[in-house]
This record gives sequence, structure tokens and C-alpha cells, in this order.
Amino acid sequence: MNAWPFVIAAYAVAGLGTLALTLASLVAMRKAERAAEGLKRR
Amino acid sequence: MLTLGSCLRRSTTVSKCAVWPCKPRFPRRAAPRKAIPTMHAFANPARFLQIARPLTGWLGWIGAVLIVAGLAAGLTLTPPDYLQGETVRIMYIHIPAAWLGMAGWGGIAAASIAELVWRHPLAAIAARATAVPGAVFAAICLASGSIWGRPTWGTWWEWDGRLTSMLVLFFVYIAYIALASAEAERGGSGGRIAAIFGLIGAINLPIIHFSVLWWRTLHQGQSISFTGSSIAPSILWPLPLTTLGFSAMFVAIVLMRMRTLLATAKVEARLRRMGAAA
Repeated sequence: MNAWPFVIAAYAVAGLGTLALTLASLVAMRKAERAAEGLKRR
Repeated sequence: MLTLGSCLRRSTTVSKCAVWPCKPRFPRRAAPRKAIPTMHAFANPARFLQIARPLTGWLGWIGAVLIVAGLAAGLTLTPPDYLQGETVRIMYIHIPAAWLGMAGWGGIAAASIAELVWRHPLAAIAARATAVPGAVFAAICLASGSIWGRPTWGTWWEWDGRLTSMLVLFFVYIAYIALASAEAERGGSGGRIAAIFGLIGAINLPIIHFSVLWWRTLHQGQSISFTGSSIAPSILWPLPLTTLGFSAMFVAIVLMRMRTLLATAKVEARLRRMGAAA
């Protein structure tokens, strides 16, 4: 059995999962902090 | 000298300021230096943010570099295992994911103690911020383990002690996220119900750890401990890189989520004040 497709699949799951989580957290943080900053200026 | 009683009274007053930012209602006095000085130093969200802002970027970039270096080394520079062949390379993501899935709940349990005992204002926020990353890494651990199991064991899944207890941890994370969100929406008990759940859920951590000793089925026994490792050093060396890298990234993600929750609370507090003034 060729093992590489399994290795690639496992790396893809970990890589995409971590990337999606990081980006989602970053975008949510930027949005929330921008909203807080915008309200402060009002 | 600061006693635990005065510390509790002081913290209780602070925790009443659920809407942040708030002015402390207690008289100004010296910071508690004797009893848990570091933890109470961060009771002020502004002080916490002062440190969290630069730390988020640093940890994120250090984590990314270590992850890429460790995974590249694990894919290209290490030899295949004599028994498992190339599939052993899944170890470089599976072990950090398992460690972070468990450490995440350890963090929730520690924050729950700080919330229940000292009413630390940031404890509930830290616990809520850790839940989603912990659940994601528990899911990555389950998925990568399943993918590793197919060529190694000949099956995607087995109701083995380690696999089942890890799956339970994932479900416990989901339950915690739902409970903490519902509690935050109602805004009644200040995160205490979620904190109690966070402590009860920690019972699963020693079960996961000792499962390979208690129920010896498919999952291999412990191969890395504080005293040494049964894995060949030529295969093992990229693992600390990826473990450190994913851990740094995990902390950066938790800090991002804490900053999101604090900013959201700030906006809500300000909108409430503006609504009341109008």
C-alpha cells in the first residue's frame, strides 16, 4: 500500500484546520477591535 | 499583608464589572504582591492588552516558522520507519494535535479554578477563548489518527480506549462551547456554570493519558515520557519543532480570541451606556 496519500491527507487536514482557525480568529479580532475603536471616536 | 479573604472581596468587586471598561469601585490600595502576584496583575484588561498585543504577532510568526521548518524536516530529512514506513511522518502533526487538544482543556480547567476561587475577571474570557482552538486540535488529532490507522492497523476507526476517550474530549469541548455561549448570552451567572463544567470535564484528561495502560487494544503504549523515548532519535528530532510551533500558534490564537471577546464586551458596554444616555 502506497503510504504517501495518507501522509498528504493527514498534513492537509492539519494544515487547513490550523490555517482556517488562525485566519478566522485574526479576522474576528480585527473586526471587533475596529468596531471598538470606531465607537470610541464617536 | 493581603489575606485570601481580602483578595476574594477585592476580586468579587472587580468581577461585578462584567461590562468592560469599568471604574473599580474598591478603594485604591497596593497590588497584591504576596498572593498570586502575576495572576492579579492581569486582572486589569488594559494591562493585559498591553502585553497581549505584541505577544500575539510574535507567537504567531514564531509558531508558523517552527511548524513549517519542523514539517519540512519531517517530510524530507528523516528516514522512514522500519515497520510503519512513510506513515510515521504523520506523527509530526498527530502528537502536537493530541497534546494541544488535552492541554487546551487543562487551560480551561485552570481558568475555571481562577474563575471560581478568585473570580478573576479574565478567567472566563480565557476559558472561552481556549475552547474552540482546543476542539479544533482535538478534531485534527482524531482525523490524523484515523488516517494513520488505515495503513497501519487496517482500519479507520476502532473503539479503543485512547481513541474513544479522545472522541469524548472532542464532544466535551462542543458541549462546553454551547454552554459557555448560552451562559454569556444570558449574562446571569458570570461564567460560573461553564467553569464548573470545565472542572468536571478535566476528569477525562487522566483517563486519556492512562487509557493505553488500562485498556491495551490497538493504540500503541506511551512512546515518549519525561525519562526518554522509544522512538529512534533520527526520526524523533523534528517533533519538538512542530510541537513548539503548534503550541506557540495555539497561544497566539487564544490571545486573538481573548482580544476579540474583550473588544466585543467593550462595544456592548459602550452601546448600553449610549442607549441609557439617549
